[in-house]
Amino acid sequence: MTQPANSQVNILEVQDLRTEFRTIDGVVRAVDGVSFSLKAGETLGLVGESGCGKSVTALSILRLIDPRAGRIAGGSIRFEGRELVGLDEAAMRGIRGHHISMIFQEPMTSLNPVLTIGTQIAENAARHLGLGKKAARGRALEMLDLVRIADARRRLDEYPHQLSGGMRQRVMIAIALACNPKVLIADEPTTALDVTIQAQILELLAEIRQRLGTAIILITHDLGVVAETCDRVIVMYAGRMVEAAPVAELFRVPRHPYTRGLMRAIPRLDLDAEGEGRRPRLTEIGGLVPSLIRDIPGCAFAPRCALAGDRCRSERPPMLDVGEGHRAACFEWAHGFEGARRDAGQAEGVR
Amino acid sequence: MVSYILRRLLATIPVMGVVAVFVFFLLRLAPGDPAAIIAGDDATVTQIAAIRAKLGLDRPVLEQFGLWVLGMLQGDFGTSIFSNLPVSRLIAQRVEPTLALALSTLLVAVALAIPLGVLAAAKARRLTDRLVMLFAVMGFAMPVFLIGYVLIYVFADRLGWLPVQGYKPLSEGIGPWARHLVLPSLALGITYMALIARITRASMLEVLSQDYIRTANSKGLATGRVLLLHALKNAAVPIVTVIGIGIALLISGVVITETVFNIPGLGRLTVDAVLKRDYPIVQGLIIVFAGVKVLVNLMIDISYAFLDPRIRY
Ligand SMILES: Nc1ncnc2c1ncn2[C@@H]1O[C@H](COP(=O)(O)OP(=O)(O)OP(=O)(O)O)[C@@H](O)[C@H]1O
Ligand SMILES: [Mg+2]
Repeated sequence: MTQPANSQVNILEVQDLRTEFRTIDGVVRAVDGVSFSLKAGETLGLVGESGCGKSVTALSILRLIDPRAGRIAGGSIRFEGRELVGLDEAAMRGIRGHHISMIFQEPMTSLNPVLTIGTQIAENAARHLGLGKKAARGRALEMLDLVRIADARRRLDEYPHQLSGGMRQRVMIAIALACNPKVLIADEPTTALDVTIQAQILELLAEIRQRLGTAIILITHDLGVVAETCDRVIVMYAGRMVEAAPVAELFRVPRHPYTRGLMRAIPRLDLDAEGEGRRPRLTEIGGLVPSLIRDIPGCAFAPRCALAGDRCRSERPPMLDVGEGHRAACFEWAHGFEGARRDAGQAEGVR
Repeated sequence: MVSYILRRLLATIPVMGVVAVFVFFLLRLAPGDPAAIIAGDDATVTQIAAIRAKLGLDRPVLEQFGLWVLGMLQGDFGTSIFSNLPVSRLIAQRVEPTLALALSTLLVAVALAIPLGVLAAAKARRLTDRLVMLFAVMGFAMPVFLIGYVLIYVFADRLGWLPVQGYKPLSEGIGPWARHLVLPSLALGITYMALIARITRASMLEVLSQDYIRTANSKGLATGRVLLLHALKNAAVPIVTVIGIGIALLISGVVITETVFNIPGLGRLTVDAVLKRDYPIVQGLIIVFAGVKVLVNLMIDISYAFLDPRIRY
């Protein structure tokens, strides 16, 4: 089975999403005008440096932003045409874990330590599919098989501390998929795992997408992962979207200077990966990520950008069409491409 | 599991031994010669000596101790100096009211405090939370006897809903029995409730910020299930610990409450025996109370193993 027949239908549409947090220092604009759509069965990558708002975007879609800390300040999130922003909590609970599921970055702490694996998978199915106790347990067993956990029957009655990190992440995936969701949001699902396990989990996700046709939003800071698994990519910077393109297009002609900065950082990442077993964050571009509290009138990347002109600093660039299904928020994108070549040459020279 | 429980049970023996040594020698060191007290102010030296001999106080201290421990192992806690009745019978007569009071207090306090604590945590920093915490601070600050007298004044004197004082044994019907327990249980339980509610809230707040709660919410589970299964089970260990510590506090609270409400239980027996220096009764009571505390402690330790699968035994 390849892509489902309805692959052209937008299953999720996010329009101008803005999420902010109230802090003692002021309002943090963690997500500031993000728009994208997700087609059925598609894998969409969401990349950017630490703190750029990837997780907050994901949590906003599921409406899991703690109301005591922050709120969705504006925009629209439509799931199968139904508006989720402002939807009442009870209806939202019917969507979470049922139609839209999420897996988290930390498999070691994301499972409940005092409940068995079986309970944690089965309760999903019991809640949303109306299965009885026995049927739900059967479903849990099926899911453990699906995520390739050996000896599933025994594992059902085990507790998370009896499993390795990789297995826990498989269990998380089993939980997320228990109700056959249409959308799976995977927030850095492999960051906490060592490299061989990372590859296995990514393979598993790809296989699940093939078999079940689940649309996936894959959050990562690892462009290598994006290249291998995604159809399209969104690059975020300081809470804003800076570029969106099909994967091949993005790697061939990155238009936004920030994206190109990220790409230059790739080889370094691989080098560092050996030392720690974990890939470091993307902080290879000179300068600092701007504070999200101050209102940034122009392009958020301008202070770090070699191409930035006066207009970049005073006017916020909209997402401009820069190619086939390719958009970038940069006034200088045309120069940028030449610049990219130059940068690449320099990078060679340095090494 | 069974072997774990047995091992823990065996481990209580040395603890009780140390308690016995302390009780025995502490009372021997206390000022005042019981024989002289019993004999009265104008007794002769020979009269006092006779009483000494009768009580066994003339024998070597170690022998006295050995006989006392041996007797207790056979259920013989000695004889009251004043009433000449066996201490074990005196204690047995007074157990029912105290047990009834302690258990009803425990039940009321736990049954109200845990939901209150969970509610406060779920509504952290909102009005409900602040009200619960206000109650907790006040409950904690007010002494048991004050609460007791206020309750008596309002519900017995003014409203006349409940009896002022006293105790009715369970054998005389459950209605009167329960009616006599309501006010003392509340008086004794409020401090205790405040303590448990506070710990429940704190423990729940800590748990509610954990990643696995976010996971539970991302599954769309009902709020009740998230709070009562996913969160409360993780928050349980400190709560159960405090309930156990509370039982120790309860024992001292019982003495005061029984006095305020005129309940003929172990608390009153303790007060009377201490005032009269009736050593055998005091010794027996301390041993019984210590035994209860050790047992409660044991039950708490065992409950940990049920609550948290990561605890090895
Ligand atoms: N509860 C909160 N209160 C205040 N600020 C928050 C809160 N949650 C997130 N933020 C802020 O929102 C911004 C985006 O955070 P987010 O977690 O989405 O980053 P991210 O892109 O997922 O980063 P990472 O790669 O480290 O996971 C950060 O600046 C962060 O400090
Ligand atoms: Mg994140």
